[in-house]
Amino acid sequence: MTRAELKKLGRSIRIETLKMISRSNSSHIGGAFSMADILAVLYGHVLRVDPQNPRWELRDRFLLSKGHACASLYAVLALRDFFDIKELETYAKDGSIFTSHASHKVPGVELSTGSLGHALPVACGMALAAKRRRQSWRVFVVLSDGELNEGSNWESILFAPHHCLDNLVVVVDYNKIQSLGTVKEVLDIHPIEEKFQSFGWDTLRVDGHDCNALMLAFEKLPTTLGKPLAIIADTIKGKGVDFMENELLWHYKTPSEEQFAQALAQLEKES
Amino acid sequence: MRTAFIKQLMAEAENDERIFLLVGDLGFSVVEPFANKFPDRFLNVGVAEQNMIGIASGLAMEGYTVFVYSIGNFPTLRAMEQIRYDVCYHETNVKIVAVGGGYAYGALGPSHHATEEIGMLRAIPNLRICVPGDPSEAQRITTLIAAERSPCYLRLGKAGEAVIHTKPCDFDFGKIVQVSEGDETAVLCSGSILKYAYDFLKEAKRNWGLYSVPFIKPFDTEALSVLAERYSRLITLEEHQMNGGLGSAVLENLNDLAQAGRLHRWPSVKRLAIPDRFISTAGSQQTLRSLAGLTLD
Repeated sequence: MTRAELKKLGRSIRIETLKMISRSNSSHIGGAFSMADILAVLYGHVLRVDPQNPRWELRDRFLLSKGHACASLYAVLALRDFFDIKELETYAKDGSIFTSHASHKVPGVELSTGSLGHALPVACGMALAAKRRRQSWRVFVVLSDGELNEGSNWESILFAPHHCLDNLVVVVDYNKIQSLGTVKEVLDIHPIEEKFQSFGWDTLRVDGHDCNALMLAFEKLPTTLGKPLAIIADTIKGKGVDFMENELLWHYKTPSEEQFAQALAQLEKES
Repeated sequence: MRTAFIKQLMAEAENDERIFLLVGDLGFSVVEPFANKFPDRFLNVGVAEQNMIGIASGLAMEGYTVFVYSIGNFPTLRAMEQIRYDVCYHETNVKIVAVGGGYAYGALGPSHHATEEIGMLRAIPNLRICVPGDPSEAQRITTLIAAERSPCYLRLGKAGEAVIHTKPCDFDFGKIVQVSEGDETAVLCSGSILKYAYDFLKEAKRNWGLYSVPFIKPFDTEALSVLAERYSRLITLEEHQMNGGLGSAVLENLNDLAQAGRLHRWPSVKRLAIPDRFISTAGSQQTLRSLAGLTLD
C-alpha cells in the first residue's frame, strides 16, 4: 500500500471502531484510536499474513497486548478481508465472538488478551520457536504505555535480548495517558527508550501517526542481528476526533448520538 | 519421584521431537541429562515464572509439547493468571510440573510448602490435575500427559520416595488405582503420603482398602461410585489444605452422583487434610504432616 492508502486505512479503522463502540455502549475508544495508524501500517504494509489462510504456518504473528483496544484490531482485520465486515455489527453484543477485549476466536487474532502484561511473554515463546526451527517469520506486539507498569513485561524485556530474539518487534503505543491519569502522574516510564536500550534492545522513536515514519521504522528488520527492536511510537489518545484527543475521559466514555455524528463527520471529512 | 519423572520424560523426548523442557532456574542435578541430550529443546528461562508460563504457551502454540519444571508454588501460584488465561483458556499443550508437593521441603518454611495449589487449579477449566503417589505412578503419568493434547498439572514429591506398586503402572488417564482391597473402610490418598498410609495399614494390621487417586481432575466418578457401594467408610488423606483438594473432590463427586441417582448409599467420609492454617515452624515432612494432623488411627 502507498502512504496515502495507509493513511486512508487508518481513518477507515477509526470509522469502524467508532461505529462498534458507539453501537455497543463500550469503552476504550481513545486507546483504539491512538494505535489505528500503527495497525494500518502493520496490516497494510509490514505483516506477511494471508487473510484467506489466517493460520498459515509461516505467517508473521501479531499480538495485541493492550486487548482493551481490540475494536480497531477487529476493524483492520475486517478491512483486510479476514472476515465479512458486517460481522463487526455484533461487537460486544449478546452471543458474539467479538468480545470487547481481544478474542482468539476471531479469525486473524492470535491471542486473547485483556489482562495486561500477557502478550509479550507469549510472543517470546513464539519467537523462540521460530529461532529453534530456523524459520524466518517474525513476531510483532503492540503494548500500551500504561501496561509497562506490569512486571511480567519486564521479565520478557530482560529475556528477549538475552536469547537474541531479533525476530521480535515491540511497538509501544505511547499516548501518555493510562487509566486514572497521565503516565507521568501514575507511574512514569520515562525515559522509556533508555530503559529498553539498557536491557539490550534496539530502539526507534517515531511519530505513531506518521505512516511514512512508521513504514521506515519497520523497513529493515532486524535492525541489528541478535537484537529485538522496540519502536516507541508517540501517539495521541483519541487521535482523529478533536474533542477526544488527549482526554482521559475517552478511556471510558461511549459517544452520545450527537458526539457520534460529530466524530463520524470529522473522520469522513478527513477521508 | 523427580528422577522417575525426568527419566521418563527423556524416554518420551527420544520418540517425540515436539517435547520441550523449560525450567525456572531450578532443577539442579535433575534436569542436566535432558539439557545435555536435547539442547535444542531445553531452556532455563531464569527466575521469572510469569514469563516462563507465557513462553511455554507461545512455544505450545507453535506445536511444541512444553513441560515447565520448577519448585512448589513457583510455577503455579506465582503465575496463576498466566496458567488460567494463556494456558487453560487457549488450551495450549503445556504441562506444569511442580516438585516438592505438600511439605516435601518442610524445613524451608511456608514459602516452600505447596499446600493450596490443587484447590486453586481445580477451579480452572481445561486443566488436568495429576498427583502421583509413588515413582511408578509418576513415571506412568509422565507418559500419559506427554500424549494428552491438553494443559496438565503434575505435582511431584521430591526424591527417594519408595515404590509402592509391585508391577510397573499401566493405568489409563483419570483412573483411581487400587493398592489393596479391604473391609468396611477404604483410604483414598493422593500424593506421596500414600507411602505413609501403606505402612500404617501394614503395621497396624488394619484390613482397610487402600487406593491412590492420582487424578484429581478429571475425577474417576465411576470408581468412586463402586467404592461407595463397597465400603461404608471412606477416609481421604492428602497433603493439602482441607479446602479444594482430594477430600473436597470426593465429597462433591459423591453429591453429584447422588443428585444424578447414581449413588445408592452415602458412605461416611472422613477428610484428613491441613486444617486451614500455615505451619511456620521448621520440620521434616513427617513432622509437619503430624503437626497438621495428617495421621491415621
